[in-house]
Amino acid sequence: MIPAKFDYVRAGSAAEAIAALGEHGDEAKLLAGGHSLLPLMKLRLATPAVLVDVGRLDDLRYIRDAGDQIAIGALTRHHDLETSDLLAEQCPMLRHVAHLVGDPQVRHRGTIGGSLAHADPASDLPAAVLALGGTLVARGPDGEREIAATEFFTGFLESALAGDELLTEIRVPKVPGAGWSYQKFNRRAQDWAIVGVAAVRNGTTGVALVNMGTTPLRATAVEEALAGGASAAEAAERADEGTEPTADLNASEEYRRHLARVLTRRALEEAGA
Amino acid sequence: MKVAVTVNGTKQEHEVEPRTLLVHYLREVVGLTGTNIGCDTSSCGACTVLLDGQSVKSCTVLAVQADGAEITTIEGLASDGQLHPMQEAFRQHHGLQCGYCTPGMVMAAVSLLDENPAPTEAEVREGLEGNLCRCTGYHNIVKAVLAAAEGAAS
Repeated sequence: MIPAKFDYVRAGSAAEAIAALGEHGDEAKLLAGGHSLLPLMKLRLATPAVLVDVGRLDDLRYIRDAGDQIAIGALTRHHDLETSDLLAEQCPMLRHVAHLVGDPQVRHRGTIGGSLAHADPASDLPAAVLALGGTLVARGPDGEREIAATEFFTGFLESALAGDELLTEIRVPKVPGAGWSYQKFNRRAQDWAIVGVAAVRNGTTGVALVNMGTTPLRATAVEEALAGGASAAEAAERADEGTEPTADLNASEEYRRHLARVLTRRALEEAGA
Repeated sequence: MKVAVTVNGTKQEHEVEPRTLLVHYLREVVGLTGTNIGCDTSSCGACTVLLDGQSVKSCTVLAVQADGAEITTIEGLASDGQLHPMQEAFRQHHGLQCGYCTPGMVMAAVSLLDENPAPTEAEVREGLEGNLCRCTGYHNIVKAVLAAAEGAAS
């Protein structure tokens, strides 16, 4: 399978990438690691007229200590995350979740920024960043703005990024010693989660759901129940409240709701909530 | 679009369409057909090569993304008529039946040991999760990789 024809623009800087997006508008797509976009292009489900390759912007490839947060450049690959000593110390859940993405070959190429900007509700990293209460930094022609992870995912494969904005950085809080859990339920190695649950207990408890709707979701009913003093088991019963999971070959809607409740209970118990 | 890469130590430079996949570039332009195309959907790993030393699925990389990189294919492992230790281990332990997944499996295993020179059996099985074999049940493949790791350590 070969993608449809496109024009290829290799960005030498973030500014060049943003300018190219401004020039080509909706015709253009950003290419980072390519491990979400290229499979779609090979199936001709995506046919961008212009690909703007940001894969060589090495200045956006870093994992840095930034005070009470960890700052991660958008072009940081999953393999960099899964082997990061800083994340092991300060945000072990993110390191663990990165290790569960795809397989080693995918993790050598895929980037955290690409995964988040792709906004696939079945992906692991968006839910992890949501549960952590992360912040995303977008750069456009008029400068940078911060977007809370809770505001970032707006629809199926759609994000709050404007057409001429580049996701440049992901910030997650340092949570050393916080209880956490990531429950990924799948039937085949390297596959997407049929349902997944991320939980982080850092004062309050953040819970996020994978593949329970058109976007990655915060399990707000669970979080409210916990804040109101409910036990982990009681709170987990509300995991599918307000969700609209789809049915596919792997699971019916009803089964996904069941999985969400069971996996949330396991996640909360493991995180010590 | 011009692509200049080093494949198995030899410099290559060709004009390609931007949509050319790395696996097609290697097989059809450079002429190295050892890298197989399997599923063509980044699942099976048959097309695994090393890109700057790391395993990648060459069906999911554009040739233009690899511009300037060093690529190693299965043809680049043996030297001076001597099989690479991983190839030798696959031969010794019969880590194959039909052989279709073997080039990708060997390249993934080389990358795995590069990152983790002394893996446990579980780490080998997990480390090869991106490569599917429909014949062997993986048993002898895992044995071969563990033997190659031991051989490298001794």
